[in-house]
Amino acid sequence: MSTSNHREITYAEAVREAIREEMRRDDHVFLMGEDVGAAGGVFKVTTGLYQEFGPERIRDTPISEAAIVGAGVGAAMTGMRPIVEVMFGDFITIAMDQIVNQAAKMCYMTGGQAKVPLVVRTTLGAGRSSAAQHSQSLQAWLAHIPGLKVAIPSTPYDLKGLLKTAIRDDNPVIVYEDKMMYNTKGLVPDEEYTIPFGTADVKREGKDVTIVATSSMVHTVLNAATKLEQDGISVEVVDPRTLVPLDMATIIASVEKTSRAVVIDEGYQRFGITAEIASLIADEAFDYLDAPVKRIGAMDVPVPFSPGLEPLTIPNEERVIHTVKGLFRDE
Amino acid sequence: MATTVTVKKPVQVASKATRLTIPDDLCLEMHRRMVTIRRFEEAVWEVYTQGLMRGLAHLYIGEEATAVGVCAALRTDDYITSTHRGHGHLIAKGGRVDRMMAEMLGKVDGYNRGKGGTMHIADLSLGILGANGIVGGGMGLATGAALSAKMRGTDQVAVCFFGDGAANQGVFLEAANLAAVWKLPVLFVCENNQYGEYTAAKHVTAIHEHIAERAAAFDIPGLVVDGNDVVAVYEATKEMVDRARAGEGPSLIECKTYRYRGHHVGDGNPEKTYRTQEETDAWKAKDPIARFQRRLIEAGLATEADLAAWDGEIQQQIQEAVEFAKQSPYPPASEVTDHVYV
Ligand SMILES: Cc1ncc(C[n+]2csc(CCOP(=O)(O)OP(=O)(O)O)c2C)c(N)n1
Ligand SMILES: [Mg+2]
Repeated sequence: MSTSNHREITYAEAVREAIREEMRRDDHVFLMGEDVGAAGGVFKVTTGLYQEFGPERIRDTPISEAAIVGAGVGAAMTGMRPIVEVMFGDFITIAMDQIVNQAAKMCYMTGGQAKVPLVVRTTLGAGRSSAAQHSQSLQAWLAHIPGLKVAIPSTPYDLKGLLKTAIRDDNPVIVYEDKMMYNTKGLVPDEEYTIPFGTADVKREGKDVTIVATSSMVHTVLNAATKLEQDGISVEVVDPRTLVPLDMATIIASVEKTSRAVVIDEGYQRFGITAEIASLIADEAFDYLDAPVKRIGAMDVPVPFSPGLEPLTIPNEERVIHTVKGLFRDE
Repeated sequence: MATTVTVKKPVQVASKATRLTIPDDLCLEMHRRMVTIRRFEEAVWEVYTQGLMRGLAHLYIGEEATAVGVCAALRTDDYITSTHRGHGHLIAKGGRVDRMMAEMLGKVDGYNRGKGGTMHIADLSLGILGANGIVGGGMGLATGAALSAKMRGTDQVAVCFFGDGAANQGVFLEAANLAAVWKLPVLFVCENNQYGEYTAAKHVTAIHEHIAERAAAFDIPGLVVDGNDVVAVYEATKEMVDRARAGEGPSLIECKTYRYRGHHVGDGNPEKTYRTQEETDAWKAKDPIARFQRRLIEAGLATEADLAAWDGEIQQQIQEAVEFAKQSPYPPASEVTDHVYV
């Protein structure tokens, strides 16, 4: 993104621009979800799309997650390219059969006859005192399922490019938007672009430790990296951008350079995204490692409401700094 | 449009009694609870807009007669499941306003020790199985509580409060069917406040006129009640509760009502977006509290002076609850891992 002119847009605008461009480009693309139309969505992400494309293509649905995701699968199998919004990632549980048993397996089960060009946009992220049923980051559940692709963008640029790729993909893709970042800003080029899946992005170069980070954790880590720099530790930050497919080559190349690795994701730590990536690093870069691979995830408790408790459960800068310093203790 | 389904049990529109047919003390208690809900919700608005409360706050103002009329027909050992808009249900079932307010602020003296917040307040000792952040989340729970009552051989009943929006969750069909085939003592109480978030129920709900019509599909009674008439709500509920206690199974009661405020505190001005001022004004003219107060006065149960005095007492109680909540500390950090398991 170096030669062209750039504009600053928000994370929310990135979603809107991606959907608008793809809907203009392809009549088969449509969006449905709860309050996505006239109201512009509960996070005001889809504002204006209803005005441009009308109620046929920007469809307000009943509160029926199973039916709308299921209808998305059926529409996708028969020639349309639906984008279904599931407002809070926590509610995806209600549509889980449609995603896991239907969408994910359709191509395989039918011996390649069926394709499901479906995008499910949903959210993750705690930090708003929304409590246990509105704060979870359940991306590990979906990344576990063969047949699904999972994108988890951390910037407006990545979100726009990945969402466009998701819409053009002939497979079911889950796009995780971080609801805490909708108002954050970033640069995008004026001209059209897409980002291929399975391409990690080095968000900061460094030489002493690699931190693999997803979603808003990228920013937590970038802040921590600035502080660690003052302590003489140079951090490289790798953002995989898609969990499935996962660009291990970039991650391994970085670890080979730094010899240390930390993996951070906002999902529950236990059996989480970090476990998978850490084990792959341990396996593929064993000979290069000077320290065990460390993981940072959300505390393994339901997200508490109280402002006195919630922050304790979310991975933060302090924990990153503490974990990284722990890797250098013996030197 | 013609319907091809034969409605076996036509929807009954509950009678609009003009006189008060229920005991005086019950009338006064229902009035006290309705006013308590309204004043509590106004206080929530205050603490929220003062920045003392985080998260979402879905207010029940305008719908007080529904929760109160229903819960007045219940015993303490009966169960309710509530919704994201749960404060009214809790107060109606006997919840304490000080511990509720402390929970709103995430404090250790809150009902859930600060872990749940506005959308998850519960008091199991009062049969309140919890407010719920998942639309439709209480349907299975209420059905299960009714199953449990039946299996344990008690005559307890369970009430599932749910919104017009929740009526379109698949679990509604599953729970109502299960309750009907097993003749479970559960009342599905639909609070039709005309909107689910910013979407009008009429745009997303396939019915002829009433959500209660769906009862016919399960061969259970379906009643439509003026949800702003606390007496009508009470009487309809009482009839269905008696029936459930007698082992005759579930029912569906639809209470027509309206929320005065936005979907949540942050939805500040619905009349500028998805609904009209005329509509809101028309509903406010049917205000459940003002209407009931007129009837209390007509029946000689209260004077204007009584009403003012009671209101003062309630406002005092709510102020004390707010103070109690403010004084209470946040839970200590060590509690963050408590209660993940029993
Ligand atoms: C499963 C699920 N889907 C969506 C939501 C988001 N949401 C919260 S309240 C609400 C509207 C509910 O409408 P209704 O059932 O009519 O209740 P009301 O708010 O009108 O009391 C929605 C869509 C949710 N909490 N849970
Ligand atoms: Mg409603």
